[in-house]
Amino acid sequence: MCGIVGLFLKDKSLEPQLGALLSGMLGTMCGRGPDSAGFAVYGAGEKGETKLTLRAAEGYDFAALAAKLGDGLDVTTRGTHAVLAVPAGREAEIRAKLAEIAPDVTVVGAGARMELYKEVGMPTDVAVRFDLAKMTGTHGVAHTRMATESAVTTNGAHPFSTGLDQCLVHNGSLSNHRTVRRNLEKAGVKVQTENDSEVAAGYLTWRMQEGRSLGEALEDSLNDLDGFYTFVVGTESGFGVLRDPIACKPAVMAETDQYVAFGSEYRALAGLPGIENAKIFEPEPAKVYFWDRAAA
Amino acid sequence: MNEHVKSPAAPRTLPRESATFDAYTLSEIRRAAATGIYDIRGAGAKRKLPHFDDLLFLGASMSRYPLEGYREKCGTGVVLGDRFAKKPIELKIPVTIAGMSFGSLSGPAKEALGRGASAVGTSTTTGDGGMTQEERGHSKTLVYQYLPSRYGMNPDDIRKADAIEVVVGQGAKPGGGGMLLGQKISPRVAKMRTLPEGIDQRSACRHPDWTGPDDLEIKIEELREITDWEKPIYVKVGAARPYYDTALAVKAGADVVVVDGMQGGTAATQEVFIEHVGIPTLAAIRQAVKALQELGMHRKVQLIVSGGIRNGADVAKALALGADAVAIGTAALVALGDNDPKWESEYEAIGSKAGAYDDWHEGRDPAGITTQDPELMKRLDPIIAGRRLANFLSVMTLEAQTIARACGKSHVHNLEPEDLVALTIEAAAMAQVPIAGTDWIPGLTGRF
Amino acid sequence: MNASTQSHSFDLAAGKVRDLNAALHALKDGSNASLWRVSNPRGLHAVAAGLDAPVTVEIDGPVGYYCAGMNKQATVIVRGNAGVGVAENMMSGRVEIEGDASQSAAATAHGGLLVVRGSAGARCGISMKGVDIVVGGSIGHMSAFMAQAGTLTVLGDAGEALGDSIYEARLYVRGSVTSLGADCVEKEMRDEHKAQVFEKLKAAGLDGQVDPSDFKRYGSARTLYHFHVDNASAY
Repeated sequence: MCGIVGLFLKDKSLEPQLGALLSGMLGTMCGRGPDSAGFAVYGAGEKGETKLTLRAAEGYDFAALAAKLGDGLDVTTRGTHAVLAVPAGREAEIRAKLAEIAPDVTVVGAGARMELYKEVGMPTDVAVRFDLAKMTGTHGVAHTRMATESAVTTNGAHPFSTGLDQCLVHNGSLSNHRTVRRNLEKAGVKVQTENDSEVAAGYLTWRMQEGRSLGEALEDSLNDLDGFYTFVVGTESGFGVLRDPIACKPAVMAETDQYVAFGSEYRALAGLPGIENAKIFEPEPAKVYFWDRAAA
Repeated sequence: MNEHVKSPAAPRTLPRESATFDAYTLSEIRRAAATGIYDIRGAGAKRKLPHFDDLLFLGASMSRYPLEGYREKCGTGVVLGDRFAKKPIELKIPVTIAGMSFGSLSGPAKEALGRGASAVGTSTTTGDGGMTQEERGHSKTLVYQYLPSRYGMNPDDIRKADAIEVVVGQGAKPGGGGMLLGQKISPRVAKMRTLPEGIDQRSACRHPDWTGPDDLEIKIEELREITDWEKPIYVKVGAARPYYDTALAVKAGADVVVVDGMQGGTAATQEVFIEHVGIPTLAAIRQAVKALQELGMHRKVQLIVSGGIRNGADVAKALALGADAVAIGTAALVALGDNDPKWESEYEAIGSKAGAYDDWHEGRDPAGITTQDPELMKRLDPIIAGRRLANFLSVMTLEAQTIARACGKSHVHNLEPEDLVALTIEAAAMAQVPIAGTDWIPGLTGRF
Repeated sequence: MNASTQSHSFDLAAGKVRDLNAALHALKDGSNASLWRVSNPRGLHAVAAGLDAPVTVEIDGPVGYYCAGMNKQATVIVRGNAGVGVAENMMSGRVEIEGDASQSAAATAHGGLLVVRGSAGARCGISMKGVDIVVGGSIGHMSAFMAQAGTLTVLGDAGEALGDSIYEARLYVRGSVTSLGADCVEKEMRDEHKAQVFEKLKAAGLDGQVDPSDFKRYGSARTLYHFHVDNASAY
């Protein structure tokens, strides 16, 4: 049960403001999810490089960890998180090494462009802690969480990422996630937390591993995921939205020449530039919406 | 083959009824086959469940000192809803009257509830179908239920109420809507609910304009705005996942959480729902209390527990497990005169018997309580019945005080789980108190 | 507005919804009918909820959930979109939305008039109990679910499962209906119904723009009023 916001920029001139806009949107949704918050931002990426977003305890020395890994890996620390840039071909090797030498460090997300941050606490505080307002990029999603049936922990916070550059945020409550979780385990997709939303993220990752596009994977979820949900998903170049067929959970979207924006409530969109003249609409139930920079 | 096998005098086994296909089950199969509709009835779960009877108090002796009955004070007052509301509710006793609708009950029955509750300083609650003059006029403190169907809902009544109870669910049917069959949609009930007379009414299971705790927060904000932040807002849930539901109600902004166990009554619901969905009251309390404690809200957001509360011992036990107050429904109706043996021949005439009558939705209640029949309604004198309820509530309170004093408490709220032991493993696990004479609490290593 | 109307303004960027509502609630029946202009609503919730006076409130921009909730007597005009449950449980008065309305518009409303100049989302008129709703655009799925009384007049189209489990409400739709819900059927559009549509359009200020004869009427087949085993799947 939560608040979701998302912003997908069409206009390059807004990219320096992505974090500031997203942070403003996130702040309006505190009431919907006072327990924790998180966001994923698709910023700059270096060709041939994968960014691993790491999380550890407060005060953890990520620079020392990077030094231990050797090879002069580039690390940027933000509070309890750090982004480690690794050569794309060595991701698996470095993840294995991390697990070995730093078991208390979690990889929360990975991708060519995606960085992912989440923490317990009031969403506005979380945004400040990671300096979201200063981040730049092409698109991003953010989430405020009111925990339903799993614990209020950082691991339980959204977004969930179970594949490269993939992230998902969810508002609602799935009613068959235990069964889906068991099926995913058989298929080799690991779901780390007790959270139903991570099951949804894992489900989409699995469908895409099976060769489905994100749009097709979202279509599949209409058959396989039961319950109430609004999903907003991000990929390296795209941004998608899906509501369940009953569509009780709220969703409002705004589109202009400059951006596509999503909010659980209109309040989240009220501060966006040119919102007065935006096309405001509510996504239809059981209809997959997807915007892709590559296609644009 | 042995000759004697064929002999009529040969020994035979007795006819044996199946424990699986017992007489009740067989009658239900025949009934379903004949009618094609599920069985609908009132009241709550009738099956044997782990309950408060399986708990005992450890009275004072050497290590603890008891209080003198009647002389040394043992408080019973409870304040409900002082978290956000400008006008919290103050009750003299920790026993309230649960929501029961006008429609399922007659006007005089609602009046009697109001009279009885007011006489001893406690509250009554409306039900689905709006607020009647009978109950507002005779209830000093009235809680107005806000239900999915919103029958008769209007802002004038909401401002007349002393508190608002947002009903998410009830113990008899967590996740279900209501069903009031045509016999009781009298002209007055029909008008109050804006329905055609005499039809079967369907009730929704979800609220029409919000779903989930994040949207409930906004709904509660609206109700507070409409009532200028004066009234306490309760959130009532049927006991199913009380740990999560209580925490979410608190996060959504509730002043009071009401948790109704599966013994909690209903006017009319599918039997399969009543007996097979939800958890016993005993199993719900500790989970709800744990959620409140973890949020630092125990005794700040009050917890009312209902479902199968019958006497002062049940009250004391519920309070000891962490509730702030209890609500009674079925017991209150019995106190008014429901299922009284004096109507035995009439109960039999409609295929039931005193003590078992639960077809409250049919409107033929010989006691004149769960009916809209003008002739039957006359059988209940609201003044006499109100007095009976007041007596019963007084006895419950005195009983709870007796136990509290015996445990050395100067207020019933100072009872605690450590004052209790259990007789059965089930009750010990559910209430999280040790089996009597041991220090063993089964299941304490689990999640709750 | 007559010359004696008092005008007030309230900026929600500076003041709180709570203060606005408190001021509006303080207006009593006999007080001078007044005009309140509310600026910067920015999707805030419960704006002008619980009014009970013949006041006009003009809100300059989009509102959040439950705007004009439980309205009595007041006229509330929103110059923008409205969020979930606009005019929910309205008793009387008039609520006009110049933009679109989200889901559950006029849910359970007992009386008064809701005009949505744009489109309304899902569950428009859910459990309506006597309100008149006029929608200039289209309405979403499950509209008029369990609708008990009142009228819903739609100039555009209706989504899936229109009028599911409907009681005695009347639904008039000019455009297409994706599907009808359980127990909802098309009914003959007689002169009295055309007159009723005209009356509702006129109340909404849309008379003369569309022809009442273009509307189709939908209502209850009344097969679910008394349980019958052969209808069990419709429940």
